[in-house]
Amino acid sequence: MLKQTEGSHAVAEAVALCRPEVICAYPISPQTHIVEGIGEMVKSGELKNCEFLNVESEFAAMSVAIGSSAAGARTYTATASQGLLFMVEAVYNASGLGLPIVMTVANRAIGAPINIWNDHSDSLSQRDCGWIQLFAETNQEALDLHIQAFKLAEELSLPVMVCMDGFILTHAYERVDMPTQQQVDAFLPPYSPRQVLDPAQPVSIGAMVGPEAFMEVRYLAHAKQMQALELIPKMAEEFKTVFGRAIGGLTHTYRGDDAETMVIAMGSVLGTIKDVVDEMRDAGHNIGVLGITSFRPFPLAAVADALRHCKRFVVLEKSLAVGIGGIVATNVRMAVTGMGLKGYTVIAGLGGRSITKKSLHALFDKAGRGELEPLTFLDLDWNVVDRQLERERLTRRSGPAAEAMLRDLGTVASKIA
Amino acid sequence: MFQVRIHGRGGQGVVTAAEMLSIAAFDEGRYAQAFPSFGSERTGAPVVAFCRIADKEIRLREPIMEPDALIIQDPTLLHQVDVFAGLKKDGYILINTNKSFEQLGLGDFVRDWPHDRLCTVSATDLSRKHVGRPMPNVPLLGGFAAVSGVIRLESVIMAINEKFSGKVAAGNIAGATEAYEIVRAAMEAARGEDKESAHA
Amino acid sequence: MSLQPIKFYQTGTFTVGNRLLAPDQRSVQANMKRTNSLNSGHRACQGCGEALGARYAIDAAMNATKRQLIAANATGCLEVFSTPYPETSWQIPWIHSLFGNTAAVATGMAAALKVKGKTDIRVVAQGGDGGTTDIGFGCLSGMFERNDDVLYICYDNGGYMNTGVQRSSATPPAARTATTMAVGAEPGNVFGQGKFVPAIAMAHEIPYVATATVADLRDLEYKVTKAMGLRGARYIHILVPCPLGWGTASQDTIRMARLAKETGVFPVFEAEHGEVTAVLKIRKRLPVEEYLRPQKRYAHLFGKQPRVDTIAHIQSLADKNIRKYKLLEEGIQ
Repeated sequence: MLKQTEGSHAVAEAVALCRPEVICAYPISPQTHIVEGIGEMVKSGELKNCEFLNVESEFAAMSVAIGSSAAGARTYTATASQGLLFMVEAVYNASGLGLPIVMTVANRAIGAPINIWNDHSDSLSQRDCGWIQLFAETNQEALDLHIQAFKLAEELSLPVMVCMDGFILTHAYERVDMPTQQQVDAFLPPYSPRQVLDPAQPVSIGAMVGPEAFMEVRYLAHAKQMQALELIPKMAEEFKTVFGRAIGGLTHTYRGDDAETMVIAMGSVLGTIKDVVDEMRDAGHNIGVLGITSFRPFPLAAVADALRHCKRFVVLEKSLAVGIGGIVATNVRMAVTGMGLKGYTVIAGLGGRSITKKSLHALFDKAGRGELEPLTFLDLDWNVVDRQLERERLTRRSGPAAEAMLRDLGTVASKIA
Repeated sequence: MFQVRIHGRGGQGVVTAAEMLSIAAFDEGRYAQAFPSFGSERTGAPVVAFCRIADKEIRLREPIMEPDALIIQDPTLLHQVDVFAGLKKDGYILINTNKSFEQLGLGDFVRDWPHDRLCTVSATDLSRKHVGRPMPNVPLLGGFAAVSGVIRLESVIMAINEKFSGKVAAGNIAGATEAYEIVRAAMEAARGEDKESAHA
Repeated sequence: MSLQPIKFYQTGTFTVGNRLLAPDQRSVQANMKRTNSLNSGHRACQGCGEALGARYAIDAAMNATKRQLIAANATGCLEVFSTPYPETSWQIPWIHSLFGNTAAVATGMAAALKVKGKTDIRVVAQGGDGGTTDIGFGCLSGMFERNDDVLYICYDNGGYMNTGVQRSSATPPAARTATTMAVGAEPGNVFGQGKFVPAIAMAHEIPYVATATVADLRDLEYKVTKAMGLRGARYIHILVPCPLGWGTASQDTIRMARLAKETGVFPVFEAEHGEVTAVLKIRKRLPVEEYLRPQKRYAHLFGKQPRVDTIAHIQSLADKNIRKYKLLEEGIQ
């Protein structure tokens, strides 16, 4: 059924349709509306057979999820940014124990400095933890990916992180097609785990594994993600059959068949990029888009395939690997090794800095002319940066850059002669 | 695509206004996207919300840099925030006030503006009258429907019923309707004046 | 022939053969049908108080719940010595997640059972003092506040023993540990504020809080059984001497626990909804020196220049316990 609703609420409804049994979460911007939505549904009786727990921290949230999932209940939680970091020990524990927990990460920057706006630092900081990571481009995709996520998780015995841009998607009202309970039931069977805490069949879970077996266990975790590379596209096909929409999968391209320049990105910024690409195509540029939906497992083959005919690619990412450059970019480069392509990394939108059509037009133009630096920070205020660098060069004084920069920003700057 | 930017302060329902506008457009079978630009919750702080309306899927995610219409819920923002940044030439300007554009110090700014694009509504007063609270967002939507014709009053009413219920919904509908009527009358008068000045 | 009733003064211990007691007063451990939940073959040290306590506690819980029990366990000695992969000595469903989240994991297990309507299956959480009073404290308090249906058992040996005897917030004052060495002006652990989690549990006013030791094992069984007859958040804190960490002889574990109780160093009591309801009185009071002297972790208090002040300070803390929890019969000093 078509609805005009907030992204968070769409996700809450979709999760509810998946018949979750235990939901445990701790509030953090910008995930709050998702959990509040589900909490209300449970309390009012609209969502039945579901225990909703208000926990005392994100670490507790993931831990409660671990206990619940190990005891055989379909379990869900949500977090962002600092909250994700606070639960990291448990995040690794969940994937190590093979528990099919589904978690929404409402992508938000990580401090210091504290910042509540969108970027991909949080999810990407956990790219190696063993969870499957899916990135939604629209609220429709966000809600649909949650439905796919439960099935994927339970099929593989591996937890799944569904990532959606904080505020930009979570707090945006847009049109979505909400599935029916019958459709979801047809797609998602009840959770019946292989190993569960059950007095009828006692089992010990979580023992210490030493050097004699640890490598095998870790290889198997990797192998499982390789299985996911096969399963994710199959899941998308199945989804299309039941729901009538092409959603999910590993990657998708837009006007990429004959593109000379390919722009690669994840999440909601793909929408803005596609608008720019349309305008540039109208002006005669051969430019296309590759959207990555599954970041983990990273679809090396699909990325290489999408880029095989282009001359150059621009990775536009809302993330920064401090000390080296791009995160998505380094993953992409691994896919295109030996293909002789020219690649550019663009770090954009950190901490919620708007990514505008105007800036993208200029950026892609430059890329087309081969004039981009290997690493670009989009729309950086070089004036502020240079003054701070000069300040640091002249005075040996450690401390946070944000505070030192104050002399150049806001009302303080305007008062200095 | 039609782009509306709404300015106000935290607690004035700016975000809800954008959401309701998107719901109204959806109810007319169109695509709409509404989203806020705000930080940590704080009453009184300047807040901006955006609404795009189009007839195909809206993919663009940037803040509205060049609005076709501005709704200003709090005139104290006029000299604090650059509310008019990027406003398209002859765009709609709808302000919550019982003063005129001249009295607000905007006389020069709107000197050559078509009169039927400029609109003031005492939305806070209307809201107090019909709902008992100084919440100008809903009457302003009624006014916006009248001044721009981008959405119908009926759609605004449907959006009100989706967000509110009972007496509050009824009060809001009354407020929006009265604002609509006031603005519609003002627009007719303005078009009359323009015609006259054109003939003169 | 006339009959004379015989008083058994030590019916609280196992020195009185179970066959001399009424069947309902016999211990779980003495029963052939006990579950051996923590089976033999684990790798605990000789004389480990925690292994002893866990065996009694879990078998009692299994008995009380008709074997419908699942367990969560914190990282620590118990977890490590009981599950030397690929073996396990647990005969019950058991999960080890992390160090500081056991209470939360147990909360999740209880929630899952509740939503599935399997409320006859009960949940027990186990952790050492490190995993409970320090790193697991937040999750524990959360579990208490929500009154989740979990029995949390803390095995308190006063330190992070598995990692090499480091100090925890449960380490008693003046005790030597690897991070509070017996050197300098104030050797051993500091005289801090203390962190007596049973009192904190009582402050949460949860349905049941109890302390116990491995010197009174029948009492321990009784308390676990009682706890499993209740619903909601329950907490049992068991003093379990660690021969290695305390520097005591492996055959003295039970004796050390008894000394802790008889000196007033460790109060043994029960509380419900924040109020003390029963106390295991001191039978024959002893000065704290009797308890401290056999432990090498207190060796620096004795010798050529005994630290009389420190011992007196420890004595005053024991005195306070005795007053506070009314550990002596009225009229007895």
